[in-house]
Amino acid sequence: MTTRGGVGGGRPPEASTAGRPGARGAAPPRVAPATDRLQRLLALVPYVISRKVVGLADTAAAFGVSERELVDDLNMLWCVEIRAPDPYCPIDLSYEGGEIVVSEAESIDRPLRLGVDEASALLVALRMLAELSSLEDRSALSRTIAKLEAAAGEAGAVSAQVAVQVDDRGTAGTAAQVRDALDRGRRLHLSHYVQARDEVTERDVDPMRLIVVEGRAYLEGWCLRAEAVRLFRLDRVLALTVTGEPAAVPTGARPRDVDQGLYRPSPDDAEVELELSAAGRWVAEYFPCESVADLGDGRLRVGLRTPDTQWVRRLALQLGEDGRVVSPPALAAQVREDAAAALDQYT
Amino acid sequence: MSRRKTERLLGLVVCLLSARRYLTASQIRDAVPGYPESFDAFKRMFERDKDELRELGIPLETGVSATADEEPGYRIPRQAYVLPEIRLEPDEAAVLGLAARVWRRAELAGAVAGALQKLRAAGIDAEETMQPGIEPRLRTAEAAFGPLWQAVRDRRPVTFSYRAVGRSSSQQRHLEPWGVVNRHGRWYAAGLDTDRGETRVFRLSRIEGPVTFCGPAGAVTVPDEADVREMVRERDATPPVQRTAVLQVRHGAGHGLRRGALTDEPDPRRPGWDLVRAAFSDMGWYAENLAWFGPDVVVLEPTDLRDAVIGRLKGVLA
Repeated sequence: MTTRGGVGGGRPPEASTAGRPGARGAAPPRVAPATDRLQRLLALVPYVISRKVVGLADTAAAFGVSERELVDDLNMLWCVEIRAPDPYCPIDLSYEGGEIVVSEAESIDRPLRLGVDEASALLVALRMLAELSSLEDRSALSRTIAKLEAAAGEAGAVSAQVAVQVDDRGTAGTAAQVRDALDRGRRLHLSHYVQARDEVTERDVDPMRLIVVEGRAYLEGWCLRAEAVRLFRLDRVLALTVTGEPAAVPTGARPRDVDQGLYRPSPDDAEVELELSAAGRWVAEYFPCESVADLGDGRLRVGLRTPDTQWVRRLALQLGEDGRVVSPPALAAQVREDAAAALDQYT
Repeated sequence: MSRRKTERLLGLVVCLLSARRYLTASQIRDAVPGYPESFDAFKRMFERDKDELRELGIPLETGVSATADEEPGYRIPRQAYVLPEIRLEPDEAAVLGLAARVWRRAELAGAVAGALQKLRAAGIDAEETMQPGIEPRLRTAEAAFGPLWQAVRDRRPVTFSYRAVGRSSSQQRHLEPWGVVNRHGRWYAAGLDTDRGETRVFRLSRIEGPVTFCGPAGAVTVPDEADVREMVRERDATPPVQRTAVLQVRHGAGHGLRRGALTDEPDPRRPGWDLVRAAFSDMGWYAENLAWFGPDVVVLEPTDLRDAVIGRLKGVLA
């Protein structure tokens, strides 16, 4: 153990002209909450120790900080001192030539154990993966769950009370074909049921990925017919063949950010307003509404944008007296015509 | 300010981890740089520091050393602090990376980032490895998710305002939550409804306003036999009684109805239409489903289903 009484004792962590944090005249890095930074500092030493060669740039990237912030962290670690009963500096490290070397780490050479939220979040996600029939590598999954449970100990116990159920058994065969096409880079041909139009369409799709979100599986791919990236709900794919043709997803094709919701309205879309009774409120839960106003007695007025108003006409028929199209007026008139035509079938 | 605090907390952790015995408050003040001279000011700051460390999950232990120290002291037992040894094979790390992306931008994204940082510090690189082509995701759009997760984690009873289906007003409910479950993309909380003295399942999207804790941590006891998955599954399980509908469906339409139909053949009495027989259980739900198809579907049997669809359609014109 080295002793660093005051400034300048021992070996400066970087080049000999460097020195203590702040001595290099730089402004302190962006301030993160003290505890976030403390967690990073505690992870940093074991991170270095557990690897053979550790570069400044890679480490900064791994921790999501700039190299300057990382160097400031390293300096802070190097500066830790215990003053009593015998003064000493428990951590010794250097980062000369861009490579980090820890020569003394004493007590913080291993990472802190996982917290309850941390362990549970990972275990819940892993068990959700175990529910996916479209995931092939079951053996790796169960081994990972067992190892993480063992490492988490008691912190993982709460995860037993959180469950995610995904029912994709009906689409497992289709999903396996999509995986196969992805692995081999092949174009898919599919017939897809478009519920909004009650139509079956035939399409060639170059697959990009399989998404499982909100409990359902989707194929995302470049649709040659639409010349755009499209999502296809697997339970609405009626038939699918993996063709012999290679997939050719255009370089500009971007997968959509599913974390923002699957369907995002565009400003060009038609704006539709609906009034819902208490029994029709589920509409506000199922569809992404731009506005929701409470009308009292459980009634709501919702506004949504859609590129295709066909499904709104059908939705209005489904809702009956529990929902009414307020605007645009032309759409409201169409809905009444649809209902009258449907009732004619019963006379 | 924040930098000095980080330095002090780091010194405190290192000091208490290296301690072979319990250190009294004054021994800690002498050993760790950054505490004020005045003992009262030090005590206040030290109390806050202890809370911060505990919040981070750092096991801070209180006790008295074997020597005749009257005052209790503190230390961090290494055994309780360190993450047990964990090694993952490349295929296991890939699976972990996939799991880590499940919560991305959802409520527990921060917890996942924290876990990955610790696992990375243990030598595991999960996020670089890609499982090509599959992206499972969980979303937590419901504001009630965060507090209910905490309540389940800390075993605390909660109260919230809840609007049951079709109710024109909401009611204040009290729940001892046993678990939270995502079923087919929707979040539910299951537990003991203490107003009714019975188990209940609540859908998070129907909770209005804040979820408030109404008891201390540890106050909820989850029965050993409780199965929250099963409670939620039962809630929307298909009723066992199935009936058969006879439908006239316009040729080329009603694909959604034809999937899973019992029979589907051309109607000899009406050219251009097919006769479809399909099983249903929930009449109200099925009638709504049929109304969706408008003039392309006509219910022939049973009569109550036929009347329900006509009722829906008349409702549009009312």
